[in-house]
Amino acid sequence: MSIFNISSQVFLGQLTIGLVNGCFYAMLSLGLAIIFGLLNMINFAHGALYMLGAFAAWFGLVTFGVSYWCALLLSPLIVGLFAAIVERFFLRRLEGLDHLYGLLFTFGLALALEGIVLDIYGSAGLSYAPPSQLRGLLDLGFMRLPLYRAWVVAVSLAVCFGVWFLIERTRYGSYLRAGTEDAHLAQALGINVPLLITLTYGFGAGLAAFAGVLAAPIYQVHPLMGSNLLIIAFAVVVIGGLGSTLGAIVTGLALGVIEGLTKVFYPEASSTAVFIIMAFVLLLRPAGLFGQETA
Amino acid sequence: MTVTSAKPILSRDLSGVRQVISVNDLHAFYGESHVLHGVSFTIREGEVLTLLGRNGGGRSTIIRSIMGLVDRRRGSIEILGHETISAAPFQIARLGVGYCPEERGIFATLSCEENLKLPPIVDDKGMTLEKIYELFPNLAARRRTLGTQLSGGEQQMLAIARILRTGARILMLDEISEGLAPAIVDSLSVTVTTLRDLGYTILMVEQNWDFAAPIADRFSIIERGRIVMELETADLEKNVSAVNHYLGV
Repeated sequence: MSIFNISSQVFLGQLTIGLVNGCFYAMLSLGLAIIFGLLNMINFAHGALYMLGAFAAWFGLVTFGVSYWCALLLSPLIVGLFAAIVERFFLRRLEGLDHLYGLLFTFGLALALEGIVLDIYGSAGLSYAPPSQLRGLLDLGFMRLPLYRAWVVAVSLAVCFGVWFLIERTRYGSYLRAGTEDAHLAQALGINVPLLITLTYGFGAGLAAFAGVLAAPIYQVHPLMGSNLLIIAFAVVVIGGLGSTLGAIVTGLALGVIEGLTKVFYPEASSTAVFIIMAFVLLLRPAGLFGQETA
Repeated sequence: MTVTSAKPILSRDLSGVRQVISVNDLHAFYGESHVLHGVSFTIREGEVLTLLGRNGGGRSTIIRSIMGLVDRRRGSIEILGHETISAAPFQIARLGVGYCPEERGIFATLSCEENLKLPPIVDDKGMTLEKIYELFPNLAARRRTLGTQLSGGEQQMLAIARILRTGARILMLDEISEGLAPAIVDSLSVTVTTLRDLGYTILMVEQNWDFAAPIADRFSIIERGRIVMELETADLEKNVSAVNHYLGV
């Protein structure tokens, strides 16, 4: 079987890689979108927090022998706590100032975190082996899929759905949606918005760290692993619609797949495809595919 | 707004009742602009005070200042004995102050019932969901509808209903009759009268005289960020021309 003279193995291989990348785009964009919605601030530190998640897993394994499974739980907790502290004692002081200050602060924080890790571990990149249970190939009949990639896709989709459910269907989510729409009014109705902001920033960071742990066995654990991904995650948030949960998830997955397929059909464009799509969406639907048009 | 009939429909003796709100020399600012210039007044438990005045005079700013929603404020605002001038809005709300904002403030991304259940309970004496749906049957039928798909009247009912659920006993009602059909204003009037009779303390900003007059115990006229006249409902008749002077176009 071949499509446009391309073997189905190559096609399906790139499709899988695209889907895996899409899962990371979706998880990072989801956190960015939630934070942007409530704090009205673009979190430039998001990529660095993702990187910290991966490094925490690596460090835990090498130093204390913390297993992958424990790291999947612990790393987001530690990074989330760190981010919550950063929000409470640093970002909160910038409240009421131009949002540019928050952007500059998080940009500086990202540079500092990446610089520190770079200084300690160098730029060679470290490897993190997948856990023994997830090594090997899954034979689907028409193709062989590395078991770890299947796991990443499955767990990412579950996490994205879980976060979507939490935001759109639960009481905590209704606080978040109300705060996102009008933080002042939500607070005047008795909601502890300052605490909500701290928890939300910590949660978004935890989600990034979770993605970082998942990514560790696939990509190299590298101090700058987040900064490349972050640019695409920004594009995803813009295409999906600023602050839209569903938009971030669907767009993240779709862009990963589109990027993967571009590699098959026209490899030269693969790294720019996302941005070409972003330009078109901005021209035709400035609020994004899932965003609400506001006056 | 012109004061036509000033029949003292209500004349309740509230002397000796404790003060629940005491505002002293309140100044409020939006950015650089100084909006309130030393406002002082008190409200007793169960009393209905209506703020009258031309648009832009600072009436809504008084309510927004009490809720902590202005950029900066100075002076003293005591609520149930707690000084709140530097408290956060959510802390003020949790003292038992229910806020019904201008434009109703219904959240578009929340369903009717989510809007209703949003404000945390501050006192277990608040109305239950069943009781609220009994009082506002329209809301029961539309509980799954998104906030903005409700009609103006339904949104207004929802904005009041959601603060009744919390058990708040002090209500801040900002222009609640604005932009509603006369029939809905009438039913709103019945609702607010019921709340007054139930002993709620109410601070109201109103443009609609016919709506405000039968409900209030007292009126304060606000002009350029100051209280220029205060009167009891019983004294209204004697002062119709003075009141009209302040409110006339």
